[in-house]
Amino acid sequence: MVLIEKACLCGYNVDMTEIVEIENLVFEYIREENYEGEHQQQVEKAIDDVSFDVEKGTFLAIIGKNGSGKSTLAKNLNGLLLPTDGRILIAGMDTRDDELVWKVRQTAGMVFQNPDNQLVSSIVEDDIAFGPENLGVPRDEIRRRVDESIEAVGMTEYLLGAPHQLSGGQKQRIAIAGVLAMRPDCIIFDEPTAMLDPQGRADVMDIIKTLSDEGITIILITHFMEEAAEADRVIIMDDGKILLDGRPSVVFKEEEILQNANMEIPMAVDMAKRLRKRGIPVPDFVTTEEELVDFICRYK
Amino acid sequence: MSIQVENIFHTYNKGNPDEKVALRDVSFNIEDGEILGVIGHTGSGKSTMLQHLNGLLKPDSGRIVISGTEITAQGIKLTEIRKRVGLVFQYPEYQLFEETVAKDIAFGPKNLGVKAEEIEKTVRESLEMVGLSYDELSERSPFELSGGQKRRVAIAGVIAMKPDVLILDEPTSGLDPFAHREVLNMIRKIHRESSGIIIFVSHNMRDIAAMSDKVLVMDRGSVLAFGKVDEIFKQRKMLRNVGLSTTPAAALFDKLEDRGVKIRSDAVHIDEVEEAIYNYMTGGENFD
Repeated sequence: MVLIEKACLCGYNVDMTEIVEIENLVFEYIREENYEGEHQQQVEKAIDDVSFDVEKGTFLAIIGKNGSGKSTLAKNLNGLLLPTDGRILIAGMDTRDDELVWKVRQTAGMVFQNPDNQLVSSIVEDDIAFGPENLGVPRDEIRRRVDESIEAVGMTEYLLGAPHQLSGGQKQRIAIAGVLAMRPDCIIFDEPTAMLDPQGRADVMDIIKTLSDEGITIILITHFMEEAAEADRVIIMDDGKILLDGRPSVVFKEEEILQNANMEIPMAVDMAKRLRKRGIPVPDFVTTEEELVDFICRYK
Repeated sequence: MSIQVENIFHTYNKGNPDEKVALRDVSFNIEDGEILGVIGHTGSGKSTMLQHLNGLLKPDSGRIVISGTEITAQGIKLTEIRKRVGLVFQYPEYQLFEETVAKDIAFGPKNLGVKAEEIEKTVRESLEMVGLSYDELSERSPFELSGGQKRRVAIAGVIAMKPDVLILDEPTSGLDPFAHREVLNMIRKIHRESSGIIIFVSHNMRDIAAMSDKVLVMDRGSVLAFGKVDEIFKQRKMLRNVGLSTTPAAALFDKLEDRGVKIRSDAVHIDEVEEAIYNYMTGGENFD
């Protein structure tokens, strides 16, 4: 352990299977108020002693309603917020270490909910180059990364376009390209589809799945159960704690717990359950629309 | 009360090189007490249409009559239109600006000339209508509230003007499932208690199917279809051709068809879809 920590402080890449390690994370928001001359301090515990690891290459979805702590957790993962207690290691690097913050953010990139808030330049390619430029990447290398990143999100024809003329879904794809240009091992998506229309949602989900197939670790914060069904692993958060953690097929079986937390099971899971009740042997792993369609097609 | 929309045309930047026809001969009508669901792709003209209904935009030609008053007529006062038609924009919580919830909601009625002594009552009623407590929230800053609460306060601000027609542009987008359900229940409650016309735009076909009496389908600035909700959702092919889907359950039929499984069914709700798929799998009816 000591050796690994030392190596990380020097910025060496250490091969390990856990890219994210969260140990007893507590996060409190503190609100200072001056009410009629009286100083008040309100403490709100958004994350309450949460621990889990994420293996390299996993596609993890974190679901929970507003106020469950899921976005706070996301912001803790790349050092935008720092733990009140406990610690987070990203590829072995402690997010509380000032000197490592840029390395942490380069390793774990983040895509936010509102596409309008994350584009900074008036030309698409400048926007994508912004991250690597700040990292001091050489010019030729930036060019290569920008071209590769925009191709990965299928937006090459907009390279010289203006971000403000794009649709919400297209803007979100440019934001993803901007993160890709930093060559992260892990990308955290904080409700990336919440503000998009159905087409934009589908496009962004397709890109997320492709990136996952290419081996990038994905942490997707969402409140769409259908999106979570696509993941390898689902964590359900409620009231700052982990309520359920496991494969989608296992998590979605816990109907009572989900209902109590005000969450709906995905349509495909519901339909599979309905068919099972009527004697059709739908396998347990069926959680997505595609898997359900595959199964029904066997009856052709 | 009723709304008649007759042959509306609207072109953005008319006469400029970048002019764009946004509405092309749009006509439909809504009767008293109906909920109209509006669907269409981004850029289909939905929002442009809604903005005509409360006078934010004027048509190049055509007319709109609301309860016998032609709001597209020359010389009509905008305040007259705004009293009748309340428009709640997408993400209305971004437009909250006052120091307290009560002040924010009072802004609209004040501008319409409602007397000061009546305003508090109006604010109280509006908050109750959206399911929030006046005593608990009226003096709080709107910016301290949760996402779902903020949205409801913003909607209360429009309800406070007591419109006959309430238009909501994607009222549930970006909300979590719990807040989503609450906003839908709120719309049902408003509809029950105000008995006016409600028009709402949504990309969520399950919501449209569950809430609407009639559905307006827009595509590239024109009305593609208009009719009772069940009749519209039965036309899966038509919806699919313009990139829309039916309810998530009925969308299974499309996916199956792509794979060569044809189930002849116009089921919309999940129970009916289940029945059709069950019949197919057990060799019953409904398949080729």
